[in-house]
Amino acid sequence: MEITQPACTDPVIWNQWHVISALDEVPAGVVSETLLLDERISFTATPAGEHRVWRSSIRLPAGAEIDGSAPLNGADALPVKPEYGYLWTSLGDPPDDLFPLPEYHHPRRRNMNAGSVGVATSAPRAVENFLDLAHFPYVHEGSLGVQPHTEVVEYDVEVRDGEVHATKCDMMVPKVGANFDEPVVMRYRYRVPHPYCVMLYYDSLPDPSVEDICAIWVQPMSAEVVRAHNYMGVIDDASTNTDIKGYQLLIFAQDKPILENQHPKRLPLDPRAETPIRADRSAIAYRRWLSDLGVTYGVIPAAV
Amino acid sequence: MTLVTADPFTMWHPVASAHDVPYRHVCHAQLLGRELAVWRADDGYVNVWENRCLHRGVRLSIGSNDGTELRCQYHGWRYANRSAGCTYIPAHPADAPARTICNRTFPSVERYGLVWSGEDPVGEPPTVDVLEAGTPFGLRNLPVDAPVELVLQHLQTHRFLPSGSLGAESAEMKVEWPDDYSVALTATDGADRSSSSASGSASGAGVPGSASGASSTAVFFVQPVDSGRSVIRAVLAETPPAGEQMAVLRHHATGLNGLVARIEAEAARLPAPEPMVPVLQQVPLHLAEMPEAPSGRQAALRVQVRRKWETATGVAAFELAPLSGVLPTFQPGAHIDVHLPNGLVRQYSITNGPGETSYYRLGVKLEPDSTGGSVCLHEAVREGDVLAVSEPRNNFPLRRDSMRTILLAGGIGITPLLAMAQALDRMSLPFELHCFAQSAAHTAFSDVLDRLGSSVVRHLGLPPDETVAEIRRLVAAHDEFTHLYVCGPGPMLEAARREAAAAGWPDDHVHFEYFKNANEIHDSSTFEVALARSALTVTVGSGRTILEVLRENGVPLPSSCEQGACGTCVATVIEGEPDHQDVYLNDSDHEAGDRIMTCVSRALSDRLVLDL
Repeated sequence: MEITQPACTDPVIWNQWHVISALDEVPAGVVSETLLLDERISFTATPAGEHRVWRSSIRLPAGAEIDGSAPLNGADALPVKPEYGYLWTSLGDPPDDLFPLPEYHHPRRRNMNAGSVGVATSAPRAVENFLDLAHFPYVHEGSLGVQPHTEVVEYDVEVRDGEVHATKCDMMVPKVGANFDEPVVMRYRYRVPHPYCVMLYYDSLPDPSVEDICAIWVQPMSAEVVRAHNYMGVIDDASTNTDIKGYQLLIFAQDKPILENQHPKRLPLDPRAETPIRADRSAIAYRRWLSDLGVTYGVIPAAV
Repeated sequence: MTLVTADPFTMWHPVASAHDVPYRHVCHAQLLGRELAVWRADDGYVNVWENRCLHRGVRLSIGSNDGTELRCQYHGWRYANRSAGCTYIPAHPADAPARTICNRTFPSVERYGLVWSGEDPVGEPPTVDVLEAGTPFGLRNLPVDAPVELVLQHLQTHRFLPSGSLGAESAEMKVEWPDDYSVALTATDGADRSSSSASGSASGAGVPGSASGASSTAVFFVQPVDSGRSVIRAVLAETPPAGEQMAVLRHHATGLNGLVARIEAEAARLPAPEPMVPVLQQVPLHLAEMPEAPSGRQAALRVQVRRKWETATGVAAFELAPLSGVLPTFQPGAHIDVHLPNGLVRQYSITNGPGETSYYRLGVKLEPDSTGGSVCLHEAVREGDVLAVSEPRNNFPLRRDSMRTILLAGGIGITPLLAMAQALDRMSLPFELHCFAQSAAHTAFSDVLDRLGSSVVRHLGLPPDETVAEIRRLVAAHDEFTHLYVCGPGPMLEAARREAAAAGWPDDHVHFEYFKNANEIHDSSTFEVALARSALTVTVGSGRTILEVLRENGVPLPSSCEQGACGTCVATVIEGEPDHQDVYLNDSDHEAGDRIMTCVSRALSDRLVLDL
């Protein structure tokens, strides 16, 4: 077997759990292939519903039929963690647990993958865009934002329990339901529990005692190409899955051309690379947090 | 001959054709590895900028060109024609950018139908004699996946036929090198070689096509896009007759297509050069830091510029509508603070009449020599923008119990008096509005004045001495039921106060509003301020103001102009002798000493006790 130097030399990212697919989208009995940190990896589901992930091998090409319960024919098996409806794996030595998401198990919650979209950008650029409120009236006019309600008022940002949290994030949205004529203020909170994963919480419209969750968990195929997996966990008895996915894909289709036109594609961590304003406090906290973690993959590290 | 020796970073290069930058378009270009956004403003200027918004690095070439500014697609930031300075950040209408954020610009010159620019070009773009003397005609541009040297090398063997002899079997080619990045080729019809070779020079005048001995010169400029990519931009020295242009274009396109195919075939056999890595400039240190949250003067309201128009020469009018809900009530004479996109805070009177409650209408005179408040409103702020404004404050109230009211307006001083006149008119109270202005064209809000009929008297084009004489005449007669309101430039206002005093007007019947406090402020004294209600005593040192020191100690005093003109920060004096430096209070008020403008005035005594 040919030994090559891995393109990712960042131990923080190398040893993370990374998402590679929604569980219910993994074809059973056949080899699927994807890219993670520039490495080709393969995965499958067994008829019993278990999952296997391994470094791609010429003996098990994509599309080949496979009985996943048998040994992998000498291929290099990788750790597997089915969690929150997605298949996670690691090329390195991952921690025992993924970040906690207790809300996932709420009895009324509908959990789904609202789409996995390839984007030619780095994972941190995708995460930072997800944290950003100020683009709503421009990139998502009519859905997440509405002009002239462009102001981003002060919100709170802190690093707590090793995660970045942005809270009391208020943004004016166009009418959010049939009963609303005027734009209303939506209050969001954001959470970044993993260098490449970000969640958004807001009070569910049908049941404000519960928060809906919208997240992107980003699969770094390479430092500058990702697949963004859009997890949705909502209290909603009215919409069909197709409705929800269609809406999320519409939003993502608006972000994708922006993300693919950012230069450089990797997120610059040097404070003098770009110009922050106060609306960017969560983005700046995220950049500092990545610096403090020592992340070098998908970013342009600040000169020391 | 084909060795490129000049430093390409100090040279001018074509980056686009003039037709790549049509009306309201943004063109993506690249030079020496660096991406450029090229766009033409409505005034004709072609901007060549780094293709990157300084905020989050989004390409400006996907933004929109509104004719005067380029708007970034991501967050709506706007950058000005020519300077590339940021004029508007929609996320912070109240206070940003209080700093000048500028995108990186590169020089630009249009010549021979091409837009020329460069990283750090020296001198002027090249002049080519044959093009200067001719009638240049642009051929199709061809991108080539090959280094510029290889393109130049192949160009010297490129062949074409003179425009007038497209049917000829062959032509004699002559090669000249205007500079290291361009080749001038002259094709001369072989049928009459001897007679035309003398005139077929690239440095001489081109020879228009003729049936025999025809000669054409084309100059091929090669743009170094990146280390392995170029664009050939060819210009024919003479424009062919209209009926022959298609044939000429087709001839050159066919020939150049073949040339490009040969160049790319050779380039594909050579090792691909490493792409160039242009250095992105660091943003200045002061822009890299997160700006502080605003403090001090607050702007509670968000309004949108619903309408902006020129109401008089040099005077822009604005209608500001609420983003949602209802605007707070204003009274005649009230003003609002406008927090401008350039970080300045300015006061403008509300000119509305009674019942005009769905917007605030302001008039702003352009003062090019001021610190930039009016310039920003005139040039940067436009319809659709969101502005942060304070709630209306009225420090220039109108009494509506007078038998007669005289309003004296000097120039833009019309603005508060216009609101007053409309209120009086609606209540059928007798008033005269005297408008002193340079000319009819300089009189703001003429349409409103016209509706007020004979109560409005215009005094146009009077020199200063005649203005004073006219004011003297106007204030000569008065009684205890007459009130006078004056707003205008300092000298006119001083004259009105002086003439009224001379005519025996009591101080409390003469109401005035200054645009600004022209007095020199003395702030070297040190004194104590005790707050009677708050049981707090603070020291105001040299260079500080009462207002600042109280705010630092958590006493929230309202303020507006912060120069002693508007009256917002007034405090009642219980004990001590104020050192008045404002122009808001009148002489009697100053003598009484029971009120003080905390933004500029100080204490003559060691201690002031304020009712706060």
